[in-house]
Amino acid sequence: MKRSMYGKYGGQFVPEVLMPALTELEEAYERYKNNPEFLEELDYYMKEFGGRETPLYFAKNLSKKYGIRIYLKREDLVHGGAHKLNNTLGQALLARYMGKERIIAETGAGQHGTATAMAAANMGFISEVYMGAKDVIRQHMNVYRMELMGCKVHAVKSGSMTLKDAINEALRDWVTNVENTHYLIGSVVGPHPYPMIVRDFQSVIGKEVREQIMEKEGRYPDSIVACAGGGSNAMGIFHPFIQDKEVMLFPVEAGGKELKTTEKEALHSASLCVGEEGILQGAHTLILQDKDGQILESSSVSAGLDYSGVGPELAYLADIGRIKPCNVSDDEALEAFYELSRLEGIIPALESSHAVAYVMKMAGTGELGDLVVINLSGRGDKDLESVFRLKEEGEKKQEKEACL
Amino acid sequence: MRLADKFTELEKKKEKALIAYVCAGDPSVKATKEIVHALVEGGADIVELGLPFSDPVADGPTIQAASTRALKAGMNPDLYFEMAASIREKVPLVCMTYYNLIYKRGIERFARDCAGSGITGIIVPDLPAEESDELHDACKKNGVDLIFLITPVTTGPRMEYILEKTSGFVYIVSRLGVTGERVDVAGSTKNILGRIHTNVPKAVGFGISNKEQASEVMKAGADAVIVGSAFVNIIASGDNVNKRIEELASELKDSCRK
Repeated sequence: MKRSMYGKYGGQFVPEVLMPALTELEEAYERYKNNPEFLEELDYYMKEFGGRETPLYFAKNLSKKYGIRIYLKREDLVHGGAHKLNNTLGQALLARYMGKERIIAETGAGQHGTATAMAAANMGFISEVYMGAKDVIRQHMNVYRMELMGCKVHAVKSGSMTLKDAINEALRDWVTNVENTHYLIGSVVGPHPYPMIVRDFQSVIGKEVREQIMEKEGRYPDSIVACAGGGSNAMGIFHPFIQDKEVMLFPVEAGGKELKTTEKEALHSASLCVGEEGILQGAHTLILQDKDGQILESSSVSAGLDYSGVGPELAYLADIGRIKPCNVSDDEALEAFYELSRLEGIIPALESSHAVAYVMKMAGTGELGDLVVINLSGRGDKDLESVFRLKEEGEKKQEKEACL
Repeated sequence: MRLADKFTELEKKKEKALIAYVCAGDPSVKATKEIVHALVEGGADIVELGLPFSDPVADGPTIQAASTRALKAGMNPDLYFEMAASIREKVPLVCMTYYNLIYKRGIERFARDCAGSGITGIIVPDLPAEESDELHDACKKNGVDLIFLITPVTTGPRMEYILEKTSGFVYIVSRLGVTGERVDVAGSTKNILGRIHTNVPKAVGFGISNKEQASEVMKAGADAVIVGSAFVNIIASGDNVNKRIEELASELKDSCRK
């Protein structure tokens, strides 16, 4: 296996101009990843700035209702409200060691953009974030958050004007400014070494879970459930458990409206479940595409899962049967959003609601075992507006139907 | 006609090559065929026909927009090869596209379809030499040139590796960035041309749009200039397209004869 590959997946399918930058990044990462000074500094940022470690919380009411023991890994309590900061702190620090002055990033819902802006402001970088023009409108408060921290947000008007196009535009920026700029990718996607680097920085989640669950339960969980768009929170919690074969790993994708694909778009974002092999944004992985290989627009109620590809390592782990890809629909995710809010007093991000929904759905079947950890990757405050809007639309529709 | 034969023919005439890029199917198959004719009438020696992809990361706004127009108008790989086969101009045609379209069609089949429809070379801007073994073998087997890119930041052993692999010509990216017109042709072009030692013809592209820039690049030692966005802008304007395309090609070709 080539060092850049996970089985047949992965690789470096990028314009020639980026190849030296990828090599430089990989070399720097190899140089610093075990460097005591680097690790000490990263640890400082994670604790003092990011608020780690996060609790592994026993969800007693949810457990009682669904009849199995359910723990929530509270990544929603990380500074910024999501696991994204784990990666941005790591990469920003690496960029500083590499002597870069400027950081660029893509963002979908704005969570990764916000986490980038936080790390960049704190460590003194110039930061610019690319965001699809549609997402800029949908998530305007996140745009304002980034701007407050001194970050310049570019609304991307090409293509479908969402995350995929934001990545394209960030790549175009990097191609032009590669000498002084670090491209801070927010998920385990893109060309090698990004899937590896992002996974490693996010693995702090799984490492903490190993100790915490041992302390609380005296054993590892039967299952770990995490939502997967690109797959960074999933890889972060799965990776430290890969060798523990008795722990089942479930990445939950966005099933959207239904698992159907029209000529122009997919009504879901379930690349692991129903995608096909292809090359997207630097990696050979599973993607949503049409018969010619044109990339299809994906769809999900949750902007953070709305992506036409998935991390290559997840594609590989699915192939060898180590992880079990599954999906839940928009409606099921929304139901979980309400359920967790009511039962536990925790409002989950719509992304994380997918993981909660899968556990609610499967708890009774015995398939998950008796002890389950859900990665609660983010908090739901950012989603209140869109959930409120969906609720109003739903009520209007019901009234209309009642009148007919 | 193979690219090597074209370059030999030009060398005999003491001319350099004008390589013109347009996106196939922008705005229609019929229009593209007329545009290719106008390019050749104007003096283009080689025509790059873009096969449009939904996510063209190496392209600037001009060619992105052209790709979108072509896809909306229904361009797809089947139609592309059909169209290429029907073009009767006496110049080599080169396919420029992104790797997923090649991968999805089947690498061997794509190379075979190129050979079968008179396409003599392939350029894939998101396929670095390290990832190209399969396509390289398929091209070799089918007698199609696989053309690689070299940029201002390509150095040392990688440069050697790419020069070993490329055939037909080597595509020199004049400056960091995406495709599109630029006011200046960077000093880096001169620098990079000075660093490349090869018998393969050297073609410079990305940012060249007028005869002054073309002359400058030739003077610096290039064997060919590649012009894309300037032609695509004429197409986008929809104004007197064929005539203006022919005029621009003719102007650019003049600077190849000096």
